[in-house]
Amino acid sequence: MQDYFYSLAELIQSLLQGGEVFTCAFYGEDSDFVRFNHNRIRQAGHVAQQSLMLDLIAGRRHAAADLTLAGDLAVDRTRLAKLMEELRAIRADVPEDPFLYYATEVHSSERCYASHLPAGQAMAETILTAGQGRDLVGILASGAIHAGFANSLGQRNWYRRPSFNLDWSLYLRADKAVKARYAGFDWRDEELRTRMETAAAQLEVMAQPARRIPPGRYRAYLTPVALEEMLGLLSWDAFGLRAHRTGATPLLRMVEEGARLNPALSLRENTAEGVAPDFQAAGFIRPPQVALIENGIYRDCLVSPRSAAEYGVPANGAEAGEDPLSLDLAAGTIPGDEVLQRLDTGLYIGNLWYLNYSDRNAARITGMTRFATFWVEHGRIQAPVAVLRFDETLYHLLGDRLLGLTVEQELLLDPGSYGSRSSRSARLPGALVEGMSFTL
Amino acid sequence: MFSQIEQYFRELVPAVDFCSLRLVSERHESLTVRRDVVEPVQRSEDLGAMITVFDGGLGYAATPDLGRTGLQRAIQQAHDWARVTAGRGLVELTALEQEPRLGEYRSPVQQPWSSLPLADKLERLRRECARLKVDDAIIEWRAGLWHSGIETLYLTAAGGRIHQRFEMLLPSLSASAHRHGETQTRSFGRGAHYRQGGLEILKETGFYDAAPAIAQQALELLAAPNCPTGTLDLLLAPDQMILQIHESIGHPLELDRILGDERNYAGTSFVTPDMFGSYRYGSELLNVTFDPTHPEQIASYGYDDEGRAASRDYLIKEGILLRPLGGGISQMRSGLAGVANARGCGWNRPPIDRMANLNLEPGDATFQDLLSRVERGIYMETNCSWSIDDSRNKFQFGCEWARLIEHGALTTVVKNPNYRGISADFWRNLAGVGDRSTWQVLGVATCGKGEPNQAIRVGHAAPPCLFRQVAVFGGE
Repeated sequence: MQDYFYSLAELIQSLLQGGEVFTCAFYGEDSDFVRFNHNRIRQAGHVAQQSLMLDLIAGRRHAAADLTLAGDLAVDRTRLAKLMEELRAIRADVPEDPFLYYATEVHSSERCYASHLPAGQAMAETILTAGQGRDLVGILASGAIHAGFANSLGQRNWYRRPSFNLDWSLYLRADKAVKARYAGFDWRDEELRTRMETAAAQLEVMAQPARRIPPGRYRAYLTPVALEEMLGLLSWDAFGLRAHRTGATPLLRMVEEGARLNPALSLRENTAEGVAPDFQAAGFIRPPQVALIENGIYRDCLVSPRSAAEYGVPANGAEAGEDPLSLDLAAGTIPGDEVLQRLDTGLYIGNLWYLNYSDRNAARITGMTRFATFWVEHGRIQAPVAVLRFDETLYHLLGDRLLGLTVEQELLLDPGSYGSRSSRSARLPGALVEGMSFTL
Repeated sequence: MFSQIEQYFRELVPAVDFCSLRLVSERHESLTVRRDVVEPVQRSEDLGAMITVFDGGLGYAATPDLGRTGLQRAIQQAHDWARVTAGRGLVELTALEQEPRLGEYRSPVQQPWSSLPLADKLERLRRECARLKVDDAIIEWRAGLWHSGIETLYLTAAGGRIHQRFEMLLPSLSASAHRHGETQTRSFGRGAHYRQGGLEILKETGFYDAAPAIAQQALELLAAPNCPTGTLDLLLAPDQMILQIHESIGHPLELDRILGDERNYAGTSFVTPDMFGSYRYGSELLNVTFDPTHPEQIASYGYDDEGRAASRDYLIKEGILLRPLGGGISQMRSGLAGVANARGCGWNRPPIDRMANLNLEPGDATFQDLLSRVERGIYMETNCSWSIDDSRNKFQFGCEWARLIEHGALTTVVKNPNYRGISADFWRNLAGVGDRSTWQVLGVATCGKGEPNQAIRVGHAAPPCLFRQVAVFGGE
């Protein structure tokens, strides 16, 4: 696929007309998807796709297009030539773009990983065997993801990473379930079986009658997966420069009024230790780290090339959406095996669900508990709880009511696949909170 | 090109129980003027096909390579997966739709997208964008148009052939006002004016009249008090009703959720199969239809992505739950009558049960009638926040803009309006439904669901509705 992409880049280069330059980004995947329900296969199949995002530039005028590629050079050659003519026609009708900005220093790179994945069919068989006698529901995605960049200056970047992501739940009845994930680059049957047994053991606790917890404020422990939901919501627009300059960030009070989160909280975009490519669609290389929040104080924004041009600050490798791809929340001091003891009495929240803002200016978030959430007394799990709605500002949750973060961090690979499989990841500890408000 | 692909498919069909090809071609163009600057015009072209094979089991393969070799490879991959699932499948599909259907569908278009030159479209957007910047406190403002042309061809080995062509347009406007550490945003329905058709949609939806009020209301919100906290009567505008319908009627009635397919991701449902035919979902004023018959509505179509003809059906009538949102396979699995709603978001995702057009039918009250029935309450417009549990019961929604209702009249503007409730109770407190004159055809551009994930457009039409005794609250 790398050779194919580079051939297309050469083709585009050959079709340039006087004074034109181009940038193009590539995405490709060859994926097996197997969907399970009741430990049977609901849907199974293969998806091959590749697309190219081309920006055709002349001076300060340009026009861009996404094109799904057939993967057949003769077909794609014709399509690209036609597309370039269309982009030239568009360019003639648009004004100069004051915020056009693309990489002009050449930084080529290549990051390819070998595949250690069995065939999707074999993985599906292992999953069904491990799930025998259980109500397993979920999705297996496996195969290679490819990304590339090329421009008319000769820069070439390539990324290929085979991976798998099994995201599943074991159900007991109704909404009583535990959720688990097994994701990575090197599939091991034994590891899957171990994780399945762990999930099954947790499910036994769910067999007890659910306790109904009345609305109120409770001490709570949020697992890394629960925290991932919270930071996932923030990722939409909390850290981008444009969101900051247009007042859209939910962290407005940190930016404009000096509000702080807990000093234990340090959050980075950690490209060096994430799994996303280290280059972006306009050809800029991402720095190894960008400090977003340091010791509870807001530091730097993620800056796309367009925002860099608009606001006159350096770009730092963000895509147009300026959202993080490799979030990393620094570890704390609470040993994982002491979490229940430190929680003492309160809620152990395994998963959160469907978060959104109830007051964006105040960074106030609402959402639901889901899956394995337990009531704990004196350091011992007592019973699962019926789902609860929380409504609380981050300035409490990750600010004055944060008691600490765990020593252990978990690397979580995003199972998301809207349009294409995600390369996002997050490395997060768990969080112990003094008071979390529940409303329904 | 479609005819060539059709010929290849007919030549390559293997000797299996069932084989289909679903070809999807999409062309999109996105135009935006932000802060009076034209953003890069963004085009996209997407073309590919999904092959589905049933041969003891069910398998699929999606490919953008539509040459003979590419299709042959995809058929082989789908067949391989069909063999793998044989005996391991969730349901033994013994009766997939075999009867060949022939059909055509086309969006009505009065003024084609191509009839107005690009420069003129951009000029119109510049004009509307500029009208949003009415004050220094307006910190962010934008106007946009997103046009899509989608063509699909569904073929079955048995001779089925369904060809559908859709044109759609999403106009957008928004303005954010900012002062003293606070930002308030007002928009043109937050993407709800999404319809099938051409440029005539801009006039029909009031796009050219909307900008001044949007900017003014964003400024008003900066100076407004917070929405009060309490249990009050709540009047919801159509552009909030669509979200209320979507989350607390649409998703819980999806049959694949009820059958458990979505339990790992989008969630389950408080609705169970035994409820259909008898369960009181809401008050007698509640009438909800699956309705593909409004040609301008965003998810109208002739046939779903498994080739079933779409027709109008009541899902809830006079408050009683009648029918789920379940396509052919879900109907087969459950034994329940459903609708034609098996939809894939593109060529690379298999069909699953989706909402299409899910409408709340009009009642008999004018807007003034609804107001007059409220002694003290809140009127809320335009969704900006949504959250609901995985059984689709405990919800909390927020709106951009609200006004108090006092003694039957709209009074003070209030900011950060939110309300929460439980689906099973909320709809039973439906106390007033706007008449046909208040009914608006709207839509949602991205409804997310499925594994692998799929985001799809759905239509909702609704009048304003009045609910009694709802927990409402504001910001900090």
